[in-house]
Amino acid sequence: MRRSLVVLALAGALAMTTAMTPAFAQARTDVKVGLVLEPPSLDPTAEAAAAVDEVLYANVFEGLTRIVADGSVVPALAKSWDISEDGLTYTFHLVEGAKFHDGTDFNADDVKFSLDRINAEGSLNAQKALYASIASVEVVDPATVKVTLKQPDGNLIYNLAWGDAVIVAPESADNNKTNPIGTGPFSFKDRVEGDSITLEKNQAYWGTPVKLEGATFKFIPDPTAAFAALQAGDVDSFPNFPAPETVAQFQNDPRFRVVIGSTEGETVLSMNNAKPPLDNVKVREAIAHAIDRQAIIDGAMFGYGTPIGTFLSPANPDYVDLTAQSNYDPEKSKALLAEAGVTDLTLSLKLPPVEGYARRGGEIIASQLAAVGIKTEVTNLEWAQWLSEVFTDKNYDLTIVSHTEPNDIGIFARDGYYFNYANADFKQLIADLAVTSDPAKRSELTKAAEKNLADNYAAGFLFELAKVGVENAKLKGMWENAPTQATDLTGVSWEE
Amino acid sequence: MPSFILGRLVSLILSLIASSIVIFLVLEVVPGDPAQFMLGLNATPEATATLRTALGLDGPLLERYFTWVLGLLRGDFGISYTYKVPVSGLIADRIWISLPLAIYALALSTLIAFPVGILAAVKRNSAADVGIMGATQVGLAVPNFWFAMLLVLLFSITLRWFSAGGFPGWEDPLLALKALTLPAVALALPQASILARVMRSSLLDTLGEDYIRSARAKGLSQGQTLWRHALRNALIPVLTIIGLQFSFLLAGAIIIENVFFLPGLGRLVFQGITSRDLIVVKSVVMLLVFAVILVTFLVDITYALVDPRLRRATR
Repeated sequence: MRRSLVVLALAGALAMTTAMTPAFAQARTDVKVGLVLEPPSLDPTAEAAAAVDEVLYANVFEGLTRIVADGSVVPALAKSWDISEDGLTYTFHLVEGAKFHDGTDFNADDVKFSLDRINAEGSLNAQKALYASIASVEVVDPATVKVTLKQPDGNLIYNLAWGDAVIVAPESADNNKTNPIGTGPFSFKDRVEGDSITLEKNQAYWGTPVKLEGATFKFIPDPTAAFAALQAGDVDSFPNFPAPETVAQFQNDPRFRVVIGSTEGETVLSMNNAKPPLDNVKVREAIAHAIDRQAIIDGAMFGYGTPIGTFLSPANPDYVDLTAQSNYDPEKSKALLAEAGVTDLTLSLKLPPVEGYARRGGEIIASQLAAVGIKTEVTNLEWAQWLSEVFTDKNYDLTIVSHTEPNDIGIFARDGYYFNYANADFKQLIADLAVTSDPAKRSELTKAAEKNLADNYAAGFLFELAKVGVENAKLKGMWENAPTQATDLTGVSWEE
Repeated sequence: MPSFILGRLVSLILSLIASSIVIFLVLEVVPGDPAQFMLGLNATPEATATLRTALGLDGPLLERYFTWVLGLLRGDFGISYTYKVPVSGLIADRIWISLPLAIYALALSTLIAFPVGILAAVKRNSAADVGIMGATQVGLAVPNFWFAMLLVLLFSITLRWFSAGGFPGWEDPLLALKALTLPAVALALPQASILARVMRSSLLDTLGEDYIRSARAKGLSQGQTLWRHALRNALIPVLTIIGLQFSFLLAGAIIIENVFFLPGLGRLVFQGITSRDLIVVKSVVMLLVFAVILVTFLVDITYALVDPRLRRATR
């Protein structure tokens, strides 16, 4: 009798706690974000790795301008700017009252220091080429900076929004690799190498304060582990979920929300334009027509991806759909090969270590090429090998890579870039684009550049990578698309 | 005994020198430039060249070898190319996961294997023996990463008793041990199966020896014979296996570390190799080699303690 009373009391207590929990439940103020890649060091101005920006961009570091969720560029540490008639002088008016996380004031000297540092002798900035047009940076007063250019640069405002041009302080810049000090709404708290990075709210932030009190980024490279971590609640969000094959399971689970968005990742079958017989446009066209894009998207990417016919994101307003020009047509492909007089063609296909688009996609492409009589020698490489063999030594015929930097169509104009696409017209278009700031003219030039690449079959344009995000259904404010590589937490909060 | 230990020590030092040369040379010929890797697709050639010099990748071979080895001797492992922090710090952080995990797994596997192996040997050909042999066969055949996934599926996703991975740090030892439990179980199962089988066959061999019969003849019970005579002699092959297993668990837990996203030594080496952080790879591999050689040395010494004949037989 006594025992059953105890049981009854326990059951009652249990029922009460269960019933009362929702009333006491408060909206959470922290978030745990899962990322596949871990940043090497933590200085976005000295590291090419996208993972650095995925943790720190907009959260810890800010630039003069900033890329927001819809891909547009908005003022950040520069609240406004004036451009001179000739397009050679940019005067930036800075926000006042901003402070770095170590308490030092932000002012024009920091801007001059940061921009000069990019272009300095011995600079390790990976995107140095983007800021080559800057001739000098002058401090007018603590809240005004004048940037003088060597030639007009229509991309300057956009390029200044990259993570590589964030503003750092001379006092702390050297230590940013291990202890990043910026002006952003979150400050760096702690790092466990190989495991996680923790940020906390910057109470002294100059702008709109964030709703979260803290955030943890956990690094989980294994797709199966990523799945388990979400399911077990170890992470709340995986903005770039690495296991697309399990997405259906999350879609059917009310605890989760799946968000399919766009990225800036043009995935291409790169061809070595200088190496015979690929220097013959007919052969490149034949390869382009041999490829069935939808089969690759379905087979390698589980259906996630948008076909592209040139080297620009379909999310870009200037994008022109040129996919019809390189449609799947094996018969035409064979005819073109015959026309070019190429028989018994064997090409090397060197694949970087990306399970989805490169390794699975590579198998599909190899079989599609075989169907029109082109044999391939497939080699699987790791990144470091790929960088030296394909990217630096250009010892390849074909490779598959996703170029994830935003608005990077200009790389086809670079001398010695691994495409070996030496096209004078294209170079002229990109040179003109660089010195044009009129939006209508820029759009026109961009479209012409897109068409040039499609007309010359500069590469096999496959598809735009999709951003597959899986998150807790109660989490609000994560980016749907990825106009730049970032995990911007400034608008993130929990549903009450 | 002292000359036995001295001989073992000399072979230990020679092995270390030889392996340092092999490790250094192998990493010299690995394709891929760390500087290019770190700066990525958009870097200018000048920036890459500057970084190469900054990383000290330009000097002559011999000079770089001695700089490395002398650094190791002084405990200076260099600065990681990618993380930009001292390698010794990285190792120190991760050894606090790998070492406890290896000990945890080894303890589990020994605790399971000893009683099970002894039981199977004593009750030879009984139903228990057949059952144990069958179960250990399965334990051997199941890949540990797959078993790990099953554990996650059951205990993390369905029952939600454990988190699916990660490591919270040692501030709360209970939480830390909890985080290591599923990985340790996944690692211990195949090891326990091997150990139990070795224990059984070794004990069966000893139980067939003449001196066991003599012990029984002088009136000792079966249990007394087992504890005083058989077990001690059956232990030598078992110790060898335990030594090998410990080295394996310390260096070879990498797949399990990936499944549970634990930042251990194995994953540090793996990340180091893929990102061409060669200074990390060199030093950690050297450290692991040292650990393996040291464990072998200690096992040798333990043999001598268990079997006095070995002390005299070897120089």
